[in-house]
Amino acid sequence: MNLEEQLLKGSKRACARLITMIENNDKEAIDILKKLFYKSGNAYVIGITGPPGSGKSTLTDKLTKELRKAGKKVGIVAIDPTSPFSGGAILGDRIRMSDLALDKDIFIRSMGTRGSLGGMSKSTWGAVKVLDIFGCDYIFIETVGVGQSEVDIVKTADTVLMVMVPNLGDDIQAIKAGIMEIADVFAINKSDLDGADKTKVEIEMNLDLNEKTDYRQPVIKVSAGQNKDIDVLLEKILDHKKYLEENNKLEEVRIRNNKLEVLKMVEEELMKLILDRAIEGDLIDNLAKKVTLRETDPYTAKDDIIQLITKGE
Amino acid sequence: MDRPIRVLVAKPGLDGHDRGAKVIARSLRDAGMEVIYTGLRQTPEQIVAAAIQEDVDVVAMSILSGAHNHLFPKVVNLLKEEGVDDMLILGGGVIPEDDIPFLIESGIEAVFTPGTSTKDVVDFVTNNLKR
Amino acid sequence: MFDDKKIDSIKSSVESWDKESIQKSLARFPERKEKFTTGSNVEVNRLYTPIDIADMDYNEDLGFPGEYPFTRGVQSTMYRGRLWTMRQYAGFASAEESNQRYKYLLDQGQTGLSVAFDLPTQIGYDSDDGLSEGEVGKVGVAIDSLKDMEVLFAGIPLDKVSTSMTINAPASVLLAMYIAVAEKQGVSREKLRGTIQNDILKEYIARGTYIFPPAESMRLITNIFEYCSKEVPQWNTISISGYHIREAGSTAAQEVAFTLADGIAYVEAAIKAGLDVDDFAPRLSFFFNAHNDLLEEVAKYRAARRLWAKIMKERFNAKSAKSMQLKFHTQTAGSTLTAQQPDNNIIRVTIQTLAAVLGGTQSLHTNSRDEALALPTEDSVRIALKTQQIVAHESGVTETIDPLAGSYYIESLTNSIEEEAMKYIETIDELGGSPKAIEKGYIQKEIQNAAYKYQMEVESLDRIVVGVNKYQIEETDKKELLRVDKSVEINQREKLKVLRSERNNEEVERNLVILKEKAQSDENLMPYILDAVKSYATLGEVCNVLREVFGEYQQSVIL
Repeated sequence: MNLEEQLLKGSKRACARLITMIENNDKEAIDILKKLFYKSGNAYVIGITGPPGSGKSTLTDKLTKELRKAGKKVGIVAIDPTSPFSGGAILGDRIRMSDLALDKDIFIRSMGTRGSLGGMSKSTWGAVKVLDIFGCDYIFIETVGVGQSEVDIVKTADTVLMVMVPNLGDDIQAIKAGIMEIADVFAINKSDLDGADKTKVEIEMNLDLNEKTDYRQPVIKVSAGQNKDIDVLLEKILDHKKYLEENNKLEEVRIRNNKLEVLKMVEEELMKLILDRAIEGDLIDNLAKKVTLRETDPYTAKDDIIQLITKGE
Repeated sequence: MDRPIRVLVAKPGLDGHDRGAKVIARSLRDAGMEVIYTGLRQTPEQIVAAAIQEDVDVVAMSILSGAHNHLFPKVVNLLKEEGVDDMLILGGGVIPEDDIPFLIESGIEAVFTPGTSTKDVVDFVTNNLKR
Repeated sequence: MFDDKKIDSIKSSVESWDKESIQKSLARFPERKEKFTTGSNVEVNRLYTPIDIADMDYNEDLGFPGEYPFTRGVQSTMYRGRLWTMRQYAGFASAEESNQRYKYLLDQGQTGLSVAFDLPTQIGYDSDDGLSEGEVGKVGVAIDSLKDMEVLFAGIPLDKVSTSMTINAPASVLLAMYIAVAEKQGVSREKLRGTIQNDILKEYIARGTYIFPPAESMRLITNIFEYCSKEVPQWNTISISGYHIREAGSTAAQEVAFTLADGIAYVEAAIKAGLDVDDFAPRLSFFFNAHNDLLEEVAKYRAARRLWAKIMKERFNAKSAKSMQLKFHTQTAGSTLTAQQPDNNIIRVTIQTLAAVLGGTQSLHTNSRDEALALPTEDSVRIALKTQQIVAHESGVTETIDPLAGSYYIESLTNSIEEEAMKYIETIDELGGSPKAIEKGYIQKEIQNAAYKYQMEVESLDRIVVGVNKYQIEETDKKELLRVDKSVEINQREKLKVLRSERNNEEVERNLVILKEKAQSDENLMPYILDAVKSYATLGEVCNVLREVFGEYQQSVIL
């Protein structure tokens, strides 16, 4: 039986193998994905982001258990950083979810960022689609931190959950820039710690500054460790889902996401094309040298490369 | 190979001595591999489930409690039952020499005892992949 | 300790020695290495002189044995009065077999018992639990109920021996069983002497046999403190352990720092629970490792004693001298034992024994040569115990107190370890104390970095381990190893079946329901745990009730 049939029959191994192949840019896997793409779109995708140590994995674990109570099939893609020095990675998110592993209706996959130009979002996107076709009702994408690449990844989700912890101090300032806008639901984890209320107020104040829309992001205090108010948080996530669905916004969000995805893929492919050509025959090195020696300028160098590409095609 | 080797590092059984497992995990990472670390107290069933979902090339387990003769073969057998035959399965820990032939026969590809250098483990993994 | 004029003259002598002898000699023969370091990677100078300890004040920094700051020892006569307790950690398979081993060891001249439990017992699972599969009786004895405990101590009068139990997460349950056995022997609680390890923080840091989350674990621990201070006054209620921290790869200074930081957390928890520091602090004891770097280890114990005395006096305002005394058990370092040429381990253990004794330990476990291979055989255990006896009676190091004091090197190392440990403790304070620092992964990270560094040094031959990375030989003779038979697990399950059919299950149920209610309240749980185990509720049943109320701890990965 081939991978495609096995995947449709619900084989976890086939699902896992396809994700590996997608991650490795394997043509066969991409062809299968092309062929089965029409079957995707049923899963609801939730992106989870937040600073390191905010308890995202534990929260994902608890949210998944909550969804399982309702009989839902859940996929989890957990992303950890790849070391820029060795290209290796320690992927340790499963440790927080070890009792989920045996559930036949849960699939957990750890991925390294592998540091390629935007490649991460493509792999994540591919893994999510495989899990979607595999039949997951809900898929969590859990990222490692709050940088730009994480923003790109969670942007592909239908709902974005931002996890905070009390007493972030200056960190909150850093997070505000860029990521506050993309969150649909805020969770303040470890809310038994002092300062949870203060953090809640700070987030609310920030939200007050935003342009008024008919959806106001809820800020929920939870404690994943003590399994407290996870049901409330899930309810708020599902409220956002309902809001999107009832106001015909889900399609809007998905069109936006798909546009970003397609553009990202084009950008990546083009980039690869350009770099392959530019590196060929030491062109880029030679140009860089000329720019340094003031024999040419960066703008002309850029034109030279572009010309090479456009002429070539 | 143009893709990172994926390795599951797991502690089956109940013992909490993970110094060796962690040092190995780090060495494999530094050798450019993606290491999925599952932590302490993993049942054979959990290890197999994780190995399959993560689609790893290698399953590396460490036991210091003496339960290796029971737990290592169990993982191998469960993987076989799931039809997995292309993962390299390794064991390590406080393991008497006399037990090694049995473990090898049970399908553990190599057994690393105290004093093994991390380089040997990295080299073994790199040279014995099954896919 | 020296006046300025003297120091100045020594300084100029050192300068001329360097110029006249050293530089000339170096020109002809370079030293073996560019940099010399201790086992914990602290740089070691070519020579130590009074200059290195010029700022020391004898009375303030060293003082006298049995007196503050206890640098030279906690007892005034030390080993001239009484030798340390030779306490071999033992236990395997069934209660019957362990009971035999204990009687054998007592016959051999051992002076205290030390019980090793198997992993299911340590993590609160009965032998018939699915998670116990393959582990029953492996690293220690399997105890499922009071029945097993009765067998374990059969024929051993509990008012005559002191018993140390390596048990942490379910310490209250095993202590309750011990009290119950004593009761059956007609021995009253006041007469019981011994120690439970009961140190949960180092389980999160290094050893891994935790059950409950930190707050709930700390409650159980303070419950024990309180109960014992009233009911079992001679019992050492905790053994704050650096041993496992060191085994996990820490340096000597980290071992001191993280252990004392845990100690601070326990003292704070007990004070917060309303106890008076001088009521429980004298019952705190410590547990350290003995590694191969003899002199660094001696300095480590001395530094730990001085630092703890200062902490108790200055930070916690303890009044009683007993509260300030750091008494400790030592075990030789399991991690230094090699599977290669196992007989070499006897020599390592001898050096480590000397370190512990020269450092003033109160009790000692010496590892057996074959422990990197399996559980020790009886032969190996005997050699290990004899090692202690030879050091005690033949080496001469016990005849005077703290014989290495005054060595420029030892004193300088003692100072520097204390200083480095204090810096770590300050950092941990800034992070909010040990439990917070553990939660943040700070302590684990520091240890793992040291462990990784050590491993890389061995692999690059910067550090020589005889028989492992140098001086290897073809090994031919295989040693006989101890094996735990599979039948232990089967028998243990069978015994549980019988127990569950014979005991008064209604009474068990009733006691467990009460325990659950009390766990949800703030009451001290010890009396209710005692009631439960006396009715033969199993360890697993008691722990499951607590799991339901407290939840379970989840490890965080720090790599």
